[in-house]
Amino acid sequence: MKTKFIIFTVVLVALFSCEKKSKKDKIKNQPTTKTEIATYTYNELKPLLEKNDNKTYVINFWATWCAPCVKELPAFEKLNENFSSKNVEVLLVSLDFPNHIESKLIPFLKKKKLNSNVIVLNDIDEDTWIKAIDANWTGAIPATLIYNKTKRKFYEQSFDYQTLENELKTFLKP
Amino acid sequence: MKKIHSVALIIIFALVTAFTVNSAKGYSIGDSVEDFSLVNIDDKMVSLSDFHNAKGFIIVFTCNHCPYSIANEDRIIALDKKYKPLGYPVIAINPNDPVASPEDSFEKMKIRAHDKGFTFPYLFDKKQTAYPKFGATKTPHVFIVSANEMKVEYIGAIDNSSRDASKVTEKYVENAVDALLTNNAITKKETRAIGCSIKKQ
Repeated sequence: MKTKFIIFTVVLVALFSCEKKSKKDKIKNQPTTKTEIATYTYNELKPLLEKNDNKTYVINFWATWCAPCVKELPAFEKLNENFSSKNVEVLLVSLDFPNHIESKLIPFLKKKKLNSNVIVLNDIDEDTWIKAIDANWTGAIPATLIYNKTKRKFYEQSFDYQTLENELKTFLKP
Repeated sequence: MKKIHSVALIIIFALVTAFTVNSAKGYSIGDSVEDFSLVNIDDKMVSLSDFHNAKGFIIVFTCNHCPYSIANEDRIIALDKKYKPLGYPVIAINPNDPVASPEDSFEKMKIRAHDKGFTFPYLFDKKQTAYPKFGATKTPHVFIVSANEMKVEYIGAIDNSSRDASKVTEKYVENAVDALLTNNAITKKETRAIGCSIKKQ
């Protein structure tokens, strides 16, 4: 009887912890397994481009149709992996067309299993928000903004990992 | 005294940087455009000076592969149909290197122009020498030039809804050319839109 009770308890505990774990995994895996992606207007995106905390933010503007953007994504993923514990946050802002979110962007994200945060910017008033993000941005992508509360720089160019890491390091205190 | 010195130095530095940045960026509004000679899809060379009766030009850096260019193709054709008879023909130029962007090869330019029924020259900046002079950075990228002094009058996007023609509420290029045709000032001389970076080898 006693052994039966012990087995019952062990099974129960195991079941319970299992359930707890799967719940946790679900939340953690959301970015790669979700079928929906958050879409922002420029006014909604703006606060994410001017945070005033102790983190350094790397914001990359890209699209699945942009070959040089897709080529440099692994560099941003690697940066996210190497620096997320060092107060750095990478955000990938997709400029994919609204009618390609389901058919192209989501399958792409699933295939590439990106760990960085990805959002979509869908705002028709490009003339306003391109100038607002950076006065010198002509609108070509790839383009990247790196900022923290003391420094801000915009790059209308492609990056390889080393160049990107070197740039980021100029933002980080030694 | 020291203070004045450093202020003067800062001013000099600012001026120097401003000029360097400008010249590296290509033409600004009001600059004179240097003519070019580029090969058209009919294999003949085309220069701006060939258009004797033109009042000006709607020069569009564009290409085959870029979704933003594709989304604007019908609008570019419509611009040529409307403004060529009024003296402002469209001159399209593909600035991309075909090795870096195989979809934008000269042969594929011919196919695309034929399929879409382009009514304007579609030139190939084969040596990639024309687009840096203009300071084009992406496709599509429009430069309106008036023929009188070959002056840059407008730089930017075709309209205010680059990727969705059905949502256009402001036609930047049409407004600019209309202003030039009626001797009025252009209200918006520089606009921005997203585009595909120009592909270099």
